[in-house]
Amino acid sequence: MEQPKNKPAQCAELFATFARIGAFTFGGGYAMLPMLKRECVESKHWIDEDELLDVFAIGQCTPGVIAVNTATFVGYRVGGTLGAVAATLGVVFPSLVIIMLLAAALSFVMGYAAVQHALNGVRVCVCVLVANAVLGLAKKSLVDKFAIALYVVVLALALFTGISSAVLVVAAGAVGVLTLFVPALNHAKGDEQDPKEGK
Amino acid sequence: MIYLTLFVRFFLTGLMAVGGGLATLPFLQEIGHDTGWFTSMDLANMIAVSESTPGPMGVNMATYVGYHVGSEHYGVLGGILGGTVATLSLVLPSLIVILIVVRVLDAFKESRLVQAIFRGLRPASMAMITAAGLSVAKVTLVNPSAAGIGEFFCVPQILCFAVLFFAMKKWKLHPIAYICIAAAVGVVLAL
Repeated sequence: MEQPKNKPAQCAELFATFARIGAFTFGGGYAMLPMLKRECVESKHWIDEDELLDVFAIGQCTPGVIAVNTATFVGYRVGGTLGAVAATLGVVFPSLVIIMLLAAALSFVMGYAAVQHALNGVRVCVCVLVANAVLGLAKKSLVDKFAIALYVVVLALALFTGISSAVLVVAAGAVGVLTLFVPALNHAKGDEQDPKEGK
Repeated sequence: MIYLTLFVRFFLTGLMAVGGGLATLPFLQEIGHDTGWFTSMDLANMIAVSESTPGPMGVNMATYVGYHVGSEHYGVLGGILGGTVATLSLVLPSLIVILIVVRVLDAFKESRLVQAIFRGLRPASMAMITAAGLSVAKVTLVNPSAAGIGEFFCVPQILCFAVLFFAMKKWKLHPIAYICIAAAVGVVLAL
């Protein structure tokens, strides 16, 4: 890790570095890893490669956007709480600028028929992208009967009831905790008790 | 006050969306549904823009939704404020959670409790993304208000879906490439 320089300069460097990472990765998540490695490990020597994988793993198993969590984490390692704030603001800054410019531009051309047709085509593509993302995730996370059963139950609740996503997330976490106490859940078909809250 | 609502809803999204990428989608859809600020169709357009621009997908979506909502109510400046509020609200929980986790890092990594919670969260998060994806598919591939079964399915769209699906399996191009191709196809076929 670097010797502490003066704080503002360090925060500015964190902001700039993560703004660059945000500006040059499409999609976030795993796409960010090579860029993170080049900037934080090889060029700035803020953390070593093992630590980066650690950081990335934690970023995935904490709530929120993985890229943001990773930025916050590295920022904290380098510059404490202020560093964490600087890195987090840095990684979202390009999105703020680019998306708002694009959204504004798009709203001006929305009236044209050609734009509507293009967007109709694009939406089909989005369906495919989402379908592929779900299939890719399925391979990674639907690894046992418990996971499959939980998936089916939550899918049914999300599709056919008005239960809010926040409630589903908390309930699913609670069901996960249950596996610690009910060994049968680890192997059996998993008729887990999902709390069926009303709306 | 839309900005207060934006703050609360996006804070909750940042706190609850686990698994990156599309994990924010079910929450965004819920926001649209509850407030009437945007439709599933708007959301699909936003996904396309978020996938084809740099930056983490979840952040892009938050900025877009915030801008859209703000500008609908108060014009461009209102949109800029909305995009900023939504984005910062989304990342605030990350900041808080990570700052707590780094202090108890080793305990966190080893914790059976945390692992157990995530055993429950992963399939649930996937299920919620599936449900949100299906509702995007509903407004794109079928026509729920159609009178007969013949008009119910949007045949050209479904054919495009199938072609794109197999194309993506065969050629691993960047998503932007497929989005551009789909836009061109949309214009040519006047979808």
